[in-house]
Amino acid sequence: MMRRVVSTLASPQLLALAGVLLINWFLFPPFFRITWQDGRLFGSLIDVLNRGAPVAILAIGMAGVIATKGVDLSVGAIMAVAGAVAATMVVAGYPAPVAVIAALAVGLVCGLWNGFLVAVLDIQPIIATLVLMVAGRGIAQLITEGFIVTFTDPLLIFIGTGSFLGLPMAAVIALVLMIVVTMIIRRTALGLFIEAVGVNRAAASLAGIRSRMLLFLVYGLSGFCAAVAGIIVAGDIRGADANNAGLWLELDAILAVVIGGTSLLGGRFSVPLAVVGAIIIQAMNTGILVSGFPPEFNLIVKAGLIFIVLIIQSPLATRLVPVRLTKAEARK
Amino acid sequence: MSIITKLAIAAGLATALSTAAFAQADLSGKVIGFSQIGSESGWRAAETSVTRSEAEARGVDLKFADAQQKQENQIKAIRGFIAQGVDAILVAPVVATGWDDVLTEAKEAEIPVVLLDRGVDAPEDLYLTSIASDQVLEGRVAGEWLVDAVAGEDCNVVELQGTVGSSPAINRKQGFEEGIASASNIKITQSQTGDFTRAKGKEVMEAFLKSSNGGADICAVYAHNDDMAVGAIQAIKDAGLKPGTDIKVVSIDAVPDIFTAIAAGEANATVELTPNMAGPAFDALAAYWADGTEPEKFIITESKLYTAENDPQGEYERRKGLGY
Repeated sequence: MMRRVVSTLASPQLLALAGVLLINWFLFPPFFRITWQDGRLFGSLIDVLNRGAPVAILAIGMAGVIATKGVDLSVGAIMAVAGAVAATMVVAGYPAPVAVIAALAVGLVCGLWNGFLVAVLDIQPIIATLVLMVAGRGIAQLITEGFIVTFTDPLLIFIGTGSFLGLPMAAVIALVLMIVVTMIIRRTALGLFIEAVGVNRAAASLAGIRSRMLLFLVYGLSGFCAAVAGIIVAGDIRGADANNAGLWLELDAILAVVIGGTSLLGGRFSVPLAVVGAIIIQAMNTGILVSGFPPEFNLIVKAGLIFIVLIIQSPLATRLVPVRLTKAEARK
Repeated sequence: MSIITKLAIAAGLATALSTAAFAQADLSGKVIGFSQIGSESGWRAAETSVTRSEAEARGVDLKFADAQQKQENQIKAIRGFIAQGVDAILVAPVVATGWDDVLTEAKEAEIPVVLLDRGVDAPEDLYLTSIASDQVLEGRVAGEWLVDAVAGEDCNVVELQGTVGSSPAINRKQGFEEGIASASNIKITQSQTGDFTRAKGKEVMEAFLKSSNGGADICAVYAHNDDMAVGAIQAIKDAGLKPGTDIKVVSIDAVPDIFTAIAAGEANATVELTPNMAGPAFDALAAYWADGTEPEKFIITESKLYTAENDPQGEYERRKGLGY
């Protein structure tokens, strides 16, 4: 047990996160200062959790998809669709819970559509989800009729900007989703089945795993997670911005999953580490913003840091760290 | 000489040609073709609807063609207008290059062409005039407003830039710096990109507030567009400060939502990027047809400042139906 804890703490992702946070602290000394204000925690670290939550939620769904050797490019567009549905419905006078459920259902349907293309029509995932990536944003614009639909509904705004026990609501939702999904996947054989499909779908089917069903499940979950993120993002700015909501976030989500150690070739995945990956990305973004670099450097700094993070968890680097740990353990 | 420098030179002559200088001419019976880029932004949609209403007010029969962001569609539309024998053509060009052939065809057919809100790299004699806003001037108006508003007191400004490398971001930054150059009491302390979006504007403003002593060290925020300002206003509120009072908010574009904020006292000023490019175009055409007056080659639209004194609620009502 002890050994497991040590090796988890020494995982390259957590080391990278600690490294990024230390750099932030070095560039901006009050980075870790957290105060209590208006009934909620307030500070840069809280911003990292709050702003990182949408990508973390996307990464939860994306991890499962990538574990089946797939990829879901449509999550950013599904965010825009879900936000548009929720916003237009509350503006049209529907009660907020109905709007939220409708938006989640729409996200689920979008995900199942991807699952249908991949599992039944056997279209390559990157192409299958590209369809909705392009079309989804158009659908969102149709729903909002090209406007930024603003609303004042307290429930939607609470989902985007509220707080629970002092923590931002978005971060709480991400945490709960992460725990629930991890429990379902790891306390049952489901995770193993998903990995089996990712390693070899034909072999998994022959072994009696209903791989078609599992593909529907992971793409459906990804669409659902995207809808949750979309509602949060809309609630955050109190409006559905079909042009910009979730734009390029599918790439951040894939990056988060990869930083979390999940192989793009499928077969091995970790939901909590994908969430850590999302937090690493956001810690970098927030660090750049508070450190006062000129904006022209944003992308270069980000690229450099990601490069370092990926090197830290490359096979070469990971070989060095665990070997030493096992030796230390053995000596005891 | 590039289009940009020409526009800058023409800026000085601009005010003389504002719409108000002309009485609204009657153009009834005229058929005018309008090739629009598409409807990629709220402003673009507003430009389309204002063009329609300006045409209607003058009795113009407007033929509208939406190019859906493609130059080949615009060229097709212009050729179509020439074949129909329209009296004039308005174009909002999607790109700057590749217009020489089709503009030559229009010239040979003796149909005047007016360019709206963007210039082209083509010989000047191929079009009647080009109507656009001066983005540097927009920034300067915002800067000069702030100089007046703080009246000599020290003021640290944080800037929310547009997308890095885009021309409105570069020009509006330059203009604002020119506007505050004379006031040594005003300093830009932080500047980051908010990509012209509400969500990014809010996120960047949150970071600025953290790194400026919880916002106590910030006296004003200057956003390159209204959407980022709307996001920043929410971030300021979340930090427990009063936008508009504790931190002044000035931005550019004059979209409807910023007027709601101004009316509520949460934003202080906005500089209009007018969607009415067609009005000056019709006026120039009317003068040209009446007595052959050649208009200025580069007409600059007015960059009007709006504050709480300019009936923000009324401005909101006036704009909300335009498609922003």
